[in-house]
Amino acid sequence: MNITKTLDAKGLTCPMPIVKTKKAMDTLNSGEILEVLTTDKGALSDIPAWVKSGGHTILEQKTEVETLYFYIQKA
Amino acid sequence: MTVSKWTAAKIARKVIDKKELFILDVRNADAFADWKIEGHKFDYLNIPYFELLDGVEGILPQLPEDKEILVVCAKEGSSVMVAEMLSEAGREVAYLEGGMKSWSSYLEPIKAADLENGGELYQFVRLGKGCLSYMVISEGEAAIFDAVRFTDVFINFAKEKGAKIKHVFDTHLHADHISGGRHIAAETGAFYYLPEEDAAEAVFDYTPLTNNLNVKIGASQINVSALYSPGHTIGSTSFMIDNKFLLTGDILFIDSIGRPDLAGLAEDWVGDLRDTLYSRYRELAEDLVVLPAHFMIIDELNEDGTIARRLGDLYKENHGLNIEDEAEFRRTVTDQLPPQPNAYEQIRQVNMGKLNPDHGEQTEMEIGPNRCAVR
Repeated sequence: MNITKTLDAKGLTCPMPIVKTKKAMDTLNSGEILEVLTTDKGALSDIPAWVKSGGHTILEQKTEVETLYFYIQKA
Repeated sequence: MTVSKWTAAKIARKVIDKKELFILDVRNADAFADWKIEGHKFDYLNIPYFELLDGVEGILPQLPEDKEILVVCAKEGSSVMVAEMLSEAGREVAYLEGGMKSWSSYLEPIKAADLENGGELYQFVRLGKGCLSYMVISEGEAAIFDAVRFTDVFINFAKEKGAKIKHVFDTHLHADHISGGRHIAAETGAFYYLPEEDAAEAVFDYTPLTNNLNVKIGASQINVSALYSPGHTIGSTSFMIDNKFLLTGDILFIDSIGRPDLAGLAEDWVGDLRDTLYSRYRELAEDLVVLPAHFMIIDELNEDGTIARRLGDLYKENHGLNIEDEAEFRRTVTDQLPPQPNAYEQIRQVNMGKLNPDHGEQTEMEIGPNRCAVR
């Protein structure tokens, strides 16, 4: 997977992980991939819901210890 | 325009007083569909906060001009952001301090009855979760039933009333919420009672709750007697207070009955549930006032916010008490059960003392409605 950009949103609480994810996605071109790191458990349901509403795609997501990783491909 | 911060207590008053309110819930659609702030005259709009990042102009026409507007989210952060955006757009709005987490935690103490010689019976209504706890106060002594985990609320309430907590009871091992019972007992030196059949795996000391156990509260000797009434769990026990009130735990509710499956043994316990509802309770006086450990829907609230109904009336109106055919009863309480409460297996472990989650983890476990009933 070619990660275009990484957003480290660890330690930030809702709504900041999504606010920052949206800003980072705005800088990407179609097809490029954003990696998001967050420790906010709310992101587990909110990021997939936001991705879906924006027509983007989650290529992979995983949890390592306390950190959630999302790999989002821009529509 | 200003943004105001409302407490869960303020919203609880609006629910009980049947006030109007417009709630803009900015959680995602699944969370909203699963669980929200219920009110008789509340209207709702659910738009996830992440769909409002580019601006709130699109939803302004959907927000009423003639009602108070409250923005709600899971923990508070997103509701503050959306409330501020609405304020900048010229609308006067409030947000819920602490979000749905604080709503789930809030307890409203309501006097359910005056007892002999100045005694009082209080019902603690946890509107956000549908849990009901009770306190009997009589001449400087208190007994607590089915306390939820916010132990300070009960301890401080008793203190304000000048009462020493002497007895703390759990009607059964709870699966939908974390009990505060043994912690209150440890802090105040009170006895903590739990049915032995439910507590086989418990790793703490307790006083076994047995059929016909009798305690007297205060100098006026308010009578509390235990009645073994299995079915929701094998140990489920009810309490008769002052020979006027029947605390039914999770066996009988106002508009529903208990479910027998939360400890994994629906088939085994359905017979017990039937015996309790159709025989043991049948033999009791119809004028007893039933005080359950849960409510399911806001329509069950009386005018004063209490949840209480005459036993005789429940035998007329509650569908679960009127299934004459035993096979049909069995099907009703085993086949068509609603989803189980969030994290119910973990919650049972916590209530046995086997898991010791921190405050934040406890809050996460208790998210969502209680789902202890079958309608």
